[in-house]
Amino acid sequence: MRLDVILRVVTKFILPFMMVFALYVQFHGDYSAGGGFQAGVIAAATIILYALIYGLNAAKRIVSAALVEAMVPLGVLIFAGVGVVGWLTGLNYLDYSNLAYDQVHGQEWGVFLVEAGVFITVSSTMVAIFYAFAGRGRR
Amino acid sequence: MSEHLPALQVVVPLLGAVLAALVRRPGPAWLITVVVSFATPVIAAMLLVQVLDGGVISYHLGGWDPSVGIEYRVDVVNALVLLLVSSVAAVIAPFARLSVLSEVPDDRVAWFYSMYLISLAGLLGIAITGDAFNAFVFLEVSSLSSYALIAMGRDRRALVAAYQYLIMGTIGASFYVIGVGLIYTMTGTLNLGLIAERIGDVESTRPVLVALAFIVVGISLKLALFPLHVWLPNAYAYAPSVATVFLAATATKVAIYLFARFVFSVFGAGFVFADLPVTEILVVLSVAAIFGASTVAIFQSDVKRMFAYSSVGQVGYITLGLSLATVTGLTGGLVHLVNHAMIKAAIFMGLGAVFYRVGKIEFDDIAGVGRRMPITMSAVVIACLSLVGVPGTAGFVSKWYLIVAAIEVGWWWLGLLIVLSSMLTVIYVGRFFECVWFREPAGEVARAGEPPLEMLVPICILAAATVYFGIDTELTAGMAERAAVALLQGVR
Repeated sequence: MRLDVILRVVTKFILPFMMVFALYVQFHGDYSAGGGFQAGVIAAATIILYALIYGLNAAKRIVSAALVEAMVPLGVLIFAGVGVVGWLTGLNYLDYSNLAYDQVHGQEWGVFLVEAGVFITVSSTMVAIFYAFAGRGRR
Repeated sequence: MSEHLPALQVVVPLLGAVLAALVRRPGPAWLITVVVSFATPVIAAMLLVQVLDGGVISYHLGGWDPSVGIEYRVDVVNALVLLLVSSVAAVIAPFARLSVLSEVPDDRVAWFYSMYLISLAGLLGIAITGDAFNAFVFLEVSSLSSYALIAMGRDRRALVAAYQYLIMGTIGASFYVIGVGLIYTMTGTLNLGLIAERIGDVESTRPVLVALAFIVVGISLKLALFPLHVWLPNAYAYAPSVATVFLAATATKVAIYLFARFVFSVFGAGFVFADLPVTEILVVLSVAAIFGASTVAIFQSDVKRMFAYSSVGQVGYITLGLSLATVTGLTGGLVHLVNHAMIKAAIFMGLGAVFYRVGKIEFDDIAGVGRRMPITMSAVVIACLSLVGVPGTAGFVSKWYLIVAAIEVGWWWLGLLIVLSSMLTVIYVGRFFECVWFREPAGEVARAGEPPLEMLVPICILAAATVYFGIDTELTAGMAERAAVALLQGVR
């Protein structure tokens, strides 16, 4: 795609909007359709689009394979960790009620953090799958 | 902290898996696996003690009421399964280090342990949860990780085996979730206890019958009931040794537990076995499994494949016990579930040690290995004798219960068939004995010696357990009988 000017320029225009949209879907997931999974897929799509147009190596300079492989378990760790914090506040596993000054805000914070974990794992897993397929036959 | 034990049972291996994936180095990942694998049986044992003291434990995840949220529910039945699965994991952990290092590429060892712990978390989750959909999620968690475990096997056939298992396993899980969906439409709840309370009013409706069919077939795929077993032999044969030991000892057993839970506690034995011809179907399939798979096992050239077919046959004994739907039959099935897990773990671990020393596992390649690795092979022989059902071993106890159960319901011919089928086991086990003891060691085998102590000790522990539980049956048969009574009472 090196010579295709239109694709390269349009991609550069689109990427920031895709990322903002991913964040919108992530943070507005509390009030409307969306959430960590969908936002994670959109965020991963920006990396994948970049890799398709500029090549796998360019994408790996931005998001390295090691970073991706660390993010996959990290998201699960955040999810499970928030559950463990529920214990520390004296409640059952995954009970977020005591995370903030009242129950409603505690639940909101809990879901917010858990969704962040989902976002990290889903987006990195998507990118990892893409890297695995795109990297086939290179070694 | 003791009130949080049910959640810890699943969260500890899950966190261990995440940490193993984060450290990415073989040594620390193995260390995490050992710590987690030793912690889980302690938790399971404490749960069992709590259940025996104070009855059923109910734990509400996230503090939600069971009617809307997920409930972990521990009674005698799943406390026994939890203890079994976690104990097997604890015995495997020390054995795993050298075996995994020799069979899995270095850069994948940490992933292997991560997948292994996720699979453990999934299996413990299926056993502990009291929520039908949560059980599906854990079923997928354990299955997906076990596909990856199998695919890391030594030769390329492992990929095909994993793919075959993936297709079959996904069909099974889909059937299960279709059944759960139908139940949900009819009862309006996913909690197993609440379903059991409400299903009596709608049990004669077609959706409930269809749900029962889907769930029975779906779980039967997972537990490798006879015509649905084709994924199992290749998966066990080509997976890394440690994965084979773990899956053979736990995966099908947990699926059998889920089967028993649905058939007895949720749908109710009266509905499934008295109103519908499930007993007849299951008895025929179980007997076919016992004789068919045992016969096929005799003609295998790969030792792991032979014992994999033997597993299909042994699952037949367990489902045979369940299908009789009497206390004795169910006790026999559950005892054999526990005993077979120990037996097969010992055998496959012994084969793993042979593979570690010799590098091959075909009959011709390991001829005479018993003369070079006498302790390992003696342990395998003890486990094999238990598989046959020689008196004084654990296998005898379970077969005894099954035969008594068959005679109790007046099916003396079934008892005769169980005895006859043991003869088939004698043939394929005898072929193995002849190969490893009575032939001259040659090639790699001649240079092989006993494996290191960290591999030898777990094998001997398991072999000793198969003898111990053949004599002292308080923990196995005693617990199984209490579990059988609890299952047959059900809610209704």
